[in-house]
Amino acid sequence: MSRAVEESNRRLLRARDAMDRAYAQPLDVPALARIAHLSEGHFIRTFRATFGETPHHYLQRRRVERSMYLLRETRQPVTDICFAVGFTSLGTFSRTFRDIVGQSPSQYRRTAVSVPVPTCFTRTWMRPVNFGEVRPAKVD
Amino acid sequence: MLNATAMSSIFVLDQDQALDFYVGTLGLEVNTDQDLGFMRWLTVNVPGQPDRTILLEKPGPPSMDEATAERVRELLTKGASGGWLGFDTDDAYRTFEELKAKGVEFTDEPTERPYGIDFGLRDPFGNAIRIRQLPK
Repeated sequence: MSRAVEESNRRLLRARDAMDRAYAQPLDVPALARIAHLSEGHFIRTFRATFGETPHHYLQRRRVERSMYLLRETRQPVTDICFAVGFTSLGTFSRTFRDIVGQSPSQYRRTAVSVPVPTCFTRTWMRPVNFGEVRPAKVD
Repeated sequence: MLNATAMSSIFVLDQDQALDFYVGTLGLEVNTDQDLGFMRWLTVNVPGQPDRTILLEKPGPPSMDEATAERVRELLTKGASGGWLGFDTDDAYRTFEELKAKGVEFTDEPTERPYGIDFGLRDPFGNAIRIRQLPK
């Protein structure tokens, strides 16, 4: 029983790692489901049960976190950043960013401050927590 | 005053498999491999640094009860066991290629950061490992 859970967790972690690694590529659910040795529908349900959110939401948060990093640490234009992290339209990027962060990308850029810790930490610890539930941050 | 880190530990699901990975794949050395009866004391170290050991510890009774050990194992396989290891290398790109040829699972490829070049991988159980190359 327990060993089956361990096997399942480990395979889903492999699929999640693949998203972390290739977040800028299009989300290919069939490929991720193959990594997890599951059918697509079962993969999405099991991923959610294991990590608390769907693969799609996980990937969106990963992309938004990377875009936050680039907005914060570079002078790249917002449009370039949108495509660099894997979004295919500026509209979807801005809407998703606002849903998750509560600010537009340019508002975030104006208020963000550089964070002097290794990137592997900002990647996991500065990843926005909620999806679609964050109240807009107060901007004065 | 403390002088140095001497010993760290990380949970593994299987000590033989851990030995294969940490020594066979990553190239660490066995420091001690001793069956104490109540546990197998298995430590490894980076070559040339026998005073800094890593204990590869298997969660289980009597150290922890069976149910707790199961939870630890579950979290470990989810990549959430809490522990992780960081190593230095002289050449991140070469080390990455060598490990890639050995079939290691990477979480990210070598990337230039403000503090150097680093990449991430997982051990067979789900523990995170980071390898970095600091600027000369």
